[in-house]
Amino acid sequence: MPLDVKPGLEARKFKLVGTRPLRPDGIDKVTGRARFGADMSAPGMLVGRILRSPHAHARIRSIDVSKAAALPGVKAIVTRDDFGDCPDDLVDIRDNVMAREKALYEGHAVAAVAAVSASVARQALKLIEVDYEVLPHVTDVEKAALPDAPLLHDDMVTQGLEETPAKPSNIASRCQFGHGDVDKGFAQADLVVERKFRTEATHQGYIEPHACLATMASDGQADLWVCTQGHYYVREACAGLLGMDLSMLRVTASEIGGGFGGKTTVFLEPVALALSRKSNRPVKLVMSRDEVFKASGPTSSSSIWVKIGVTRDGRITAAEALIKFQGGAYAGSPITLGAMSAFACYALENVKSVGYDVVVNRPKQASYRAPGAPMVAFAVESVIDEIAGQLGMDPVDLRLVNAVNDGDKSSYGPKLPKVGLRQTLEAAKAHPHYTAPLGPNQGRGIACGFWFNFGGQTCVSLNLNVDGTVALAVGTPDIGGSRASMSLIAAEELGIPYEKVRCIVADTSSLGHNDITEGSRVTFSSGLATIEAARSCIQVLCARAARIWDIPPEAVVWEDGHARPAGPNAGEFEPMSLAEIARLAPKTGGPIAGHAEINAGGAGVSFATHLVDSEVDPETGRVSIVRYTVIQDAGKAIHPAYVEGQYQGGAVQGIGWALNEEYIYGEDGRLQNAGFLDYRIPVASDLPMIDTVIVEVPNPRHPYGVRGVGETSIVPPLAAIANSVSAAAGVRLAELPMSPPRVLAAIDGMKAAAE
Amino acid sequence: MVEVQIWGSLQQAADGRATVEIADVATVKALFSALAEAHPGLAPHLEKGVSVSIDGQIFNDAWFEPIPDGSEVCILPRITGG
Amino acid sequence: MSQVHVTTTINGDEVEYLCEAEETLLDVLRDRLGLTGAKEGCGSGDCGACSVMLDGRLVCSCLVLGAEAQGSKVETIEGMAAGETLHPLQRKFIEHAALQCGICTPGFLVAAKALLERNPDPSESEVRYWLAGNLCRCTGYDKIVRAVLDTAAEMRGA
Repeated sequence: MPLDVKPGLEARKFKLVGTRPLRPDGIDKVTGRARFGADMSAPGMLVGRILRSPHAHARIRSIDVSKAAALPGVKAIVTRDDFGDCPDDLVDIRDNVMAREKALYEGHAVAAVAAVSASVARQALKLIEVDYEVLPHVTDVEKAALPDAPLLHDDMVTQGLEETPAKPSNIASRCQFGHGDVDKGFAQADLVVERKFRTEATHQGYIEPHACLATMASDGQADLWVCTQGHYYVREACAGLLGMDLSMLRVTASEIGGGFGGKTTVFLEPVALALSRKSNRPVKLVMSRDEVFKASGPTSSSSIWVKIGVTRDGRITAAEALIKFQGGAYAGSPITLGAMSAFACYALENVKSVGYDVVVNRPKQASYRAPGAPMVAFAVESVIDEIAGQLGMDPVDLRLVNAVNDGDKSSYGPKLPKVGLRQTLEAAKAHPHYTAPLGPNQGRGIACGFWFNFGGQTCVSLNLNVDGTVALAVGTPDIGGSRASMSLIAAEELGIPYEKVRCIVADTSSLGHNDITEGSRVTFSSGLATIEAARSCIQVLCARAARIWDIPPEAVVWEDGHARPAGPNAGEFEPMSLAEIARLAPKTGGPIAGHAEINAGGAGVSFATHLVDSEVDPETGRVSIVRYTVIQDAGKAIHPAYVEGQYQGGAVQGIGWALNEEYIYGEDGRLQNAGFLDYRIPVASDLPMIDTVIVEVPNPRHPYGVRGVGETSIVPPLAAIANSVSAAAGVRLAELPMSPPRVLAAIDGMKAAAE
Repeated sequence: MVEVQIWGSLQQAADGRATVEIADVATVKALFSALAEAHPGLAPHLEKGVSVSIDGQIFNDAWFEPIPDGSEVCILPRITGG
Repeated sequence: MSQVHVTTTINGDEVEYLCEAEETLLDVLRDRLGLTGAKEGCGSGDCGACSVMLDGRLVCSCLVLGAEAQGSKVETIEGMAAGETLHPLQRKFIEHAALQCGICTPGFLVAAKALLERNPDPSESEVRYWLAGNLCRCTGYDKIVRAVLDTAAEMRGA
C-alpha cells in the first residue's frame, strides 16, 4: 500500500547514512566491464553517420541522396522528409535533430545514412549532394541583437516586452525579476560600482561522446540503448518525433560517461530510430569528438552589466543587472534562471534583473550544471569584491552584512526557507586557507554561489527476495554515485546491511516515469521515493508478522531490521528478521514489495562559498591555481565521498571555464577549436588538491535533511578565481576566460595607463 | 485569502499587476483557475508551465498541493537544471 | 580492398584478426574483439581514454593502426586483474572514490600502472604530470592522485 511520507525533517541517529561504503558499480568500472553508450552491439548492426552543414547559415535548397543510396552496403538514408508533424513543444528539437529549411549552424545535421561499415557510411556521406544557398551569419550575442543583424527565424518576435515588436529579430524574449525601487536605492548609496562583463561559450566536456543503438521492428516496437541523463525524456522526445506510442519504445540507460546537463536532451536518438525503422536493422550512431563540440549543446556566451550601491558600512541599498545570453540557433538559453539567481545570496530591499535571450548561428545550447548561474555569479561577485576593496572591508564580512537568512525575501520572489549561506561564510573565515600566507604575484579570491535544486516525478520499486536481500529499482540514471546512496537509504530504513541491497537503474518499460537526472534532484527525489517505498514495504512485513503471530497489524512495530510486538500486551513473540519474514513470504501471501510514485516538492536550495589562491606569471599571463577550498551546504551528506566528489568536480569545471575554456569562432562562423587539444580542459598537472568542507544545515522538507549538491559547486568558481587573479595581477579582469593573452593585455593596459 | 506574487515580466499578462489577491483557493489547481479567470492573459503561461512557490517551497506540476490560508505564493518561470 | 591479417598477443593470449588498413587498434579492440574497456573519447590522442600498453609502452590506441599490432604485445584494462583478484590500483580507486562516471577510469588505470612500474615512489607532482595525458571531467583529479599515491605506498610496503 502506498504511503505518504510526511515532508518533515526527522531527528534521528543514522547507522549507515553518512558512511562511505564501496559503490556497487565499482568493480565493473575499474575492470572495463561497465557498458557505456558505445559499448553495446547487436547482430546485423549497421553503422550510422550524419552529414552536417559546413556553413554557419544557409538555406537548404535541395538534397540529392540518389548516388549515396546506390552505393553497395548503404541500407537506409534519412533527411528532413522523414520527420513529419510533431507536438508543438518538440518543433525546435525536431529542427535541431535534422535541419528543415535552413542550416542554422556549422554542424547542423542535414542527412544521415546507415551502412554495413563505418567506411561505407563515410563514403556514402560524400555522395550526398546538398544545394546550399549560403547566407550571412552572426555568432556574437551583442551583434545578433542589433537591428541589421542577419535574421535566423522569420517568425521570431521578442516575447515579454510591453509592446510586441512589429518586426522579427534575433531576440527571442525578455524577462525581468526583482522588487522594490532600484533608483531610490541607488540614491541612498554612499558608493556605487558598476561594470560590464563578458563570458564565452563553454562545453560540458564529458569524456564520453553521445552514442546510442536503436532497433525498431516492422511492427513498430523499438528498443533504444543510450547514454543519457533522462531515458524517459528520450522516450518522450523520440516517440513524439517518430509518431509512436510511448509504450512501443523501450529505452535503456547505459552507464553514462559524464553529462553535466549536456545529455538531458536528444541529438542522435531520433535519427538512429528513423534509420533503424527504414532499414529494419539495428543502427549504432556515435558522435565523434568534433561533432560533440559542433553539434551537441554547449552553454551560452554572455554579456552582463551589474550595478550595486552600498552604504559606507557595507549594506547593499540597490542591485541591478542587465544580462544577455545567446542560446545558439533556437530560443531557450537559461536566461530566466540566470536572472533569477543573480542576487540570490543577498537580502535586498531594491533589486532588479533584466535578461534577454538571443539567438545566433551556433549549436542549440543545452543545460550545463546550474544553467545560467555561474556567469551571472561571476559578474555580481566581482562587483561585490570591488566594493569590498573600495570600502576597505574584509570580503567575507561584506557578504555577511548582506547574506540571506532564513525567511528573507529572495531576489527572485519567494521567501527563503532554512538556508546555510551564513554558515558557509563563517566556515570560510575560520578555515586555515583564509589566513595562509601568500607569495609574490599571488592573490586570494572568494565568492558565494546559489542554486535552486528541485524535485520532480520519481518512481522507485523495492522488492524483497526470499533470502532477505533487496532488489531496488530506480529510474534516475546514475551520474554521480547515486546507486550507492539509494542503497544506503534503503538499508538504513529497512535496518539491514548495505551489502544486502542491490540497486539498478530500470528501463522505461520496467518502472513508471522519472523526470531527468538534473537539477541536483536525484539524492533528494529518488531518495525520498526510496524512503517511501521502504516504509511501504515495512508495513507489509509487519502485517505478515502479525498474521504469523495472529495479532492485529497495529500491534507490530519495526525496529533494527526486525518485526516485534509493540508492547507486552501484544504478546510474547521472538522478533522476526526481514530475512525470516521474506523466507516465509510464499506461504504468507506471496512476494513482498514496496513502491512509491511521487512528484517530489520542497527541494532545498543550497549555498556555497569558495576560496581560491592563484598566482599570475607577469611575463606570460599564465595563471596557476595554488590553493582551492570548497565550502558548501549539503543539508545531509548521504555518502560523503560522493558529495566531496561533486564539490571537487564542479570546482575544476569552474577552473577550466575561468581560465581557459572557450568556443572560438572564425570570421567564417566556423568553430576553430573543436577538439580537446585546443579546447583545453584542466588536466591533473594544472591543479592542486581541492579541499572540501561539507556544511550540513538540514533541509526541513526532507526526512534526512538532504539538499541537492551537484550544481552549486560550479556557481562560485568563475568569480572566486576572477577575484583571485584580479588581486594577483593588480587589475580587474572582467572577461572570461582569463587565458594568458587576456591577462597579459590587462596587465599591459594597466601599466600603460600608469605611465 | 492568498496574495500571489507575479514575476516581473509576467506582470504584463496580469494586466500590469505585481500581486494578485485570490480568495478561497485550497489547491494549486484552484489557484490557476482563479488567476486565469481574473487575468485571461495569464492562462497560456500557466498552461505552458510555471513553477509555484508556496511559503518558499517550489513545486512543478502540483495541482493538488494544498495552499494554506495566508501563505506566500509566487508564480515563477519553470525551474529546471543541468 | 582486402583486409589485413594480424597475429598479435593481447593480455597474454594469442589473437588473430582481420582489419581494414585504416582501422585503428582502438577500433579493432572494441568492434572486432569485444574488448570495450578502452574508450574513444576524442579519436585524436588528446584524452587518454583509449590508453593501452604496446610492447611495454603507454600509447593511445586511437593513434595506432590495427595493422601495426602485428607481432606485438598488447595489454588492456581487461588484463589488469588476475582472475577475480583486482590489481591494487583497481582496489584503491574504488576505496578512494577515485571515479564518478568511470569512463576515463580504464585509461587512468593503465597509465597509472605504467607509472608505478617505472617509478614505485612518485611524488604528487610526478603523478600529476604522468597522468596529464588522461582527461577526467568528473573528479577534478584529487581522489585519483590520492589513490595512486596510496597504491604506490602499499605496493612498496607489501
